[in-house]
Amino acid sequence: MPKVTVETVDHVARLARLSLTAEERALFARQLDQILEYAESIQALDTSAVEPMSHALTTGAFRADVPREGLARERVLESAPDAKEGLFRVPRVLGG
Amino acid sequence: MSALHELSASEIRRKVVAREVSAEEVAKVHLARLKAVEPKVDAYLLVLEDRALEKARAVDRAFAEGRPAPPLAGVPVAIKDVLDMEGLPTTCGSRILEGYPPPFTATAVARLEAAGALVLGKTNIDEFAMGASTENSAYKKTKNPWDLTRVPGGSSGGSAAAVAARTAPLAFGTDTGGSIRQPAALCGVAGLKPTYGRVSRYGLVAFASSLDQIGPFARSVEDLALAASVVCGHDPLDSTSASLPVPDFTAALTGGARGARIGVPWSFLKEGVDEGQMARFREALSVLEKAGARVVEVDLPHLPHAIATYYIVATAEASSNLARYDGVRYGLRTKDPADLGRLYGETRDRGFGPEVKRRIILGTFVLSSGYYDAYYLRAQKVRTLIRRDFERAFEACDVVATPTSPVPAFRFGEKADNPLQMYLADIFTVPANLAGIPGLSLPCGFAGGLPAGLQLLAKPFDEETLLRLGAAYQAGTDHHLQSPRL
Repeated sequence: MPKVTVETVDHVARLARLSLTAEERALFARQLDQILEYAESIQALDTSAVEPMSHALTTGAFRADVPREGLARERVLESAPDAKEGLFRVPRVLGG
Repeated sequence: MSALHELSASEIRRKVVAREVSAEEVAKVHLARLKAVEPKVDAYLLVLEDRALEKARAVDRAFAEGRPAPPLAGVPVAIKDVLDMEGLPTTCGSRILEGYPPPFTATAVARLEAAGALVLGKTNIDEFAMGASTENSAYKKTKNPWDLTRVPGGSSGGSAAAVAARTAPLAFGTDTGGSIRQPAALCGVAGLKPTYGRVSRYGLVAFASSLDQIGPFARSVEDLALAASVVCGHDPLDSTSASLPVPDFTAALTGGARGARIGVPWSFLKEGVDEGQMARFREALSVLEKAGARVVEVDLPHLPHAIATYYIVATAEASSNLARYDGVRYGLRTKDPADLGRLYGETRDRGFGPEVKRRIILGTFVLSSGYYDAYYLRAQKVRTLIRRDFERAFEACDVVATPTSPVPAFRFGEKADNPLQMYLADIFTVPANLAGIPGLSLPCGFAGGLPAGLQLLAKPFDEETLLRLGAAYQAGTDHHLQSPRL
């Protein structure tokens, strides 16, 4: 098992959009290393002929694809930290 | 007559129907009890006094007009603060959702209210249901009513403590890896995790979508059956809810334990289980044997890998589910971010607590390029092996029995600095979530003054067998009638 380093945590934190402090990065590197070392036990199992299980449903989960009314736009925007003219507002992304 | 707050949900309903008490009186007594003990226990994040009283008066009015009494007429219930109620805050125990009023109500809560239940409040939880002690709540520490220096278990610690402290005869929680059964065991109450797909999750804030399930806490198995009958069943708003008829769970209570085969994975229980918990477990098996059940040994060879498998699968799903908290659509947003990237990063850094961040990091790691096959995909395959273990075991037995928790309620801070130790508290409960099967935890006595729990697991959609054996067990014991001194 590769050692989990602060650089690994840095990389993953970027993927997960988390700005961590230096202490958090060091702490998580150490703790993830412990957790993954514990999880190493599953590497020894022979799973070559085993199908992965992505859910536990024993009955079908399909429904007809029929359009239906969703929530009212104004009602949804009431929960937003910032909204304007029926849209969510965020800092400028394009241009200056 | 016992005080109203000592009565079970079923007894309260019977009294309301017989007009011995009004729903309003029931609500008032429970709210008074709540005010008296809540400063010690801290089970609730939000108390809905006016709403509960108003609902109680509506139940009384409908009854006075001659309408039939619904199944939970006048029964107070506490709801884990991860289930939405329109217009009321849902925090999930997190700062990132502080002040968020959801625009909808969870189907489970809507069904409870339609059945005449009085929602007393929203209960404390480990942030986003991640934890085994409720210490990860961003808001308060809930205490174990049996020993206020100890945790109530988690993540539904508030709901378990509310029922143990007699502020509500009934509460709801969620169980992703044991979050109903483990706090039930640690607080000396009963808890049912139904089969995956049994209860609609519409309006439940998602943690790990292939594992999450909603279920009830109560003191008696009779109450669990009553509550399950109300919330189970298909819901067009949740496509993972099963389109199967819901049996009359209350009718299942009378069958007794005669002839039932109870499978015990003895080799898995050999080490790491607290002596007191193990002693109570053995006694519980004898009670069931006296009632006519037979104990057989079963082999579940992949259970030693369940915790590793669970913490890979659950964190992977959580990292994806929690991507939605980005400061754009609801909840917290960092002040004056320089750009959109910082808006996301700083909001998430300020809004999430350490355990949630740790799990997002772990989950993102096991899904990331280069590690996906070795961790996530492999864990999904081991999950299949665990499910097959149970399928084979259920050829030889009707239920699998274990202690619910390897340890009794622990002290605050005891495991807080060691996440792996905290994860191991779930060792007997996570297998049911991985396999998607139902599980029941029953109070089975005390060791050193702290409650112990008996766990029973059954085949998918066979809650009836759990409830039948649970009722038979409670008919021969009085552990569920013990009250903590508060």
